[in-house]
Amino acid sequence: MKSAAPVGALALIAALGAFAALAQIAEADRKSGSAFMSAQTQQMQHDDGTNPGMLSALDGESLWKTKTGGADKSCADCHGEAQTSMKGVAARFPAFNEASQTPIDLQGRINLCRQDQQKDTPLAPESRDLLALSTFIGLQSRGMPTAPPDDQRLTPFRERGRALWSQRMGQLNFSCAQCHEDNWGKHLGSAPIPQAHANAYPIYRLEWQGMGSLQRRLRNCMSGVRAQAFPYGAQEFIELELYLAQRARGMPVETPGVRP
Amino acid sequence: MARALVNVPTKVKRGDVVEIKVLISHPMETGFRPDPNGKFYPRDILKSFACTYDSEHVFSAELFPAVSANPFLSFTVVATQTGVLTFSWTDDKDQTQVQTAKIEVE
Ligand code: HEC
Ligand code: HEC
Repeated sequence: MKSAAPVGALALIAALGAFAALAQIAEADRKSGSAFMSAQTQQMQHDDGTNPGMLSALDGESLWKTKTGGADKSCADCHGEAQTSMKGVAARFPAFNEASQTPIDLQGRINLCRQDQQKDTPLAPESRDLLALSTFIGLQSRGMPTAPPDDQRLTPFRERGRALWSQRMGQLNFSCAQCHEDNWGKHLGSAPIPQAHANAYPIYRLEWQGMGSLQRRLRNCMSGVRAQAFPYGAQEFIELELYLAQRARGMPVETPGVRP
Repeated sequence: MARALVNVPTKVKRGDVVEIKVLISHPMETGFRPDPNGKFYPRDILKSFACTYDSEHVFSAELFPAVSANPFLSFTVVATQTGVLTFSWTDDKDQTQVQTAKIEVE
């Protein structure tokens, strides 16, 4: 029997049509992922009484005040009220980390404090607590423009992210740009293809019945084209995140987003 | 156990029909979902939910495995007097959690 895989791949290529040369989305045409959702899902995100991401933010708020680790310190012991100290912080991550001389994302930054300052074990990727803290910190930037730092040291990493973005990958041999730049607004099965702006993460995804990070979303896109997804925390993901932040510069942060 | 977001209008007029919204954090594990080794994750759901207005029972619901994670309930009550709304929900282990909200009627 013939395997169904090549047929699926052909159907996908046919559905997306012939690819034009990679065109960057003009600033005036940029749309947040929430613009592609049904009115009901948008409503669910916009009302804090119905957005399930707010439950994660509440969890994050109590973790923020919980003493832990060998240092027996809470985040609040050093950073005070997150409403002031963390305002705008998530909007400028990933950022350059002096100690490692590499860029780190918000989750990485939280785990650095957890290890170096609280003297505790790092929180696992996608764990409830790490997502909750990131959501709570992300919420403090809600409504503020995405503001990647103008830091020269980030440039080579961001450029590698840009190269990855346009590199074909997986058995289906698609690049991120082919879907998200050349074919946004079209459908892949029943799902509209968004422009892939990362301004609402972590998100509550209805399909997951739970919260997930940007890296979880990116791993989904990679397995979607049958590529071997990078492991959580991989340098390649941080580089892609840097490039995504650059593309979304100025777009308002929506954390916690809701996605279908 | 679970935390919840309760949304009750704080100041209302006597006789108003007010909407109450409750979002409860809960995995609602159906018992039918296999883990990576093919064994089923044990069922863990909220079975019931109730709301009283002062001591009067005004709303209740039974929940089943088909209900999504983090159940969202919305219902209306007639604002009769200033008082306390008490929400309670019970899980498979018969553990009940309670949360209250004040409603002020002018
Ligand atoms: C075959 C087409 C396709 C490819 C290739 C693809 N994606 Fe996606 N991507 C999608 C679709 C479709 C969605 C929306 C899924 C949904 O809503 O169920 C999505 C969602 C996203 C989102 C979430 C946007 C939001 O608003 O939450 C991001 C970010 C993203 N992709 C980034 C990438 C990156 C980075 C790559 C390359 C590594 C990539 N995608 C490759 C189709 C694709
Ligand atoms: C013992 C004190 C201490 C504790 C406890 C602590 N931090 Fe930090 N945190 C710092 C210091 C100092 C910095 C700045 C480090 C630097 O710039 O290199 C920092 C930086 C940060 C940043 C980056 C801020 C920015 O403006 O870029 C975030 C986010 C953060 N911490 C989150 C947390 C969280 C979440 C916790 C609790 C899980 C926590 N911190 C616990 C001392 C602490």
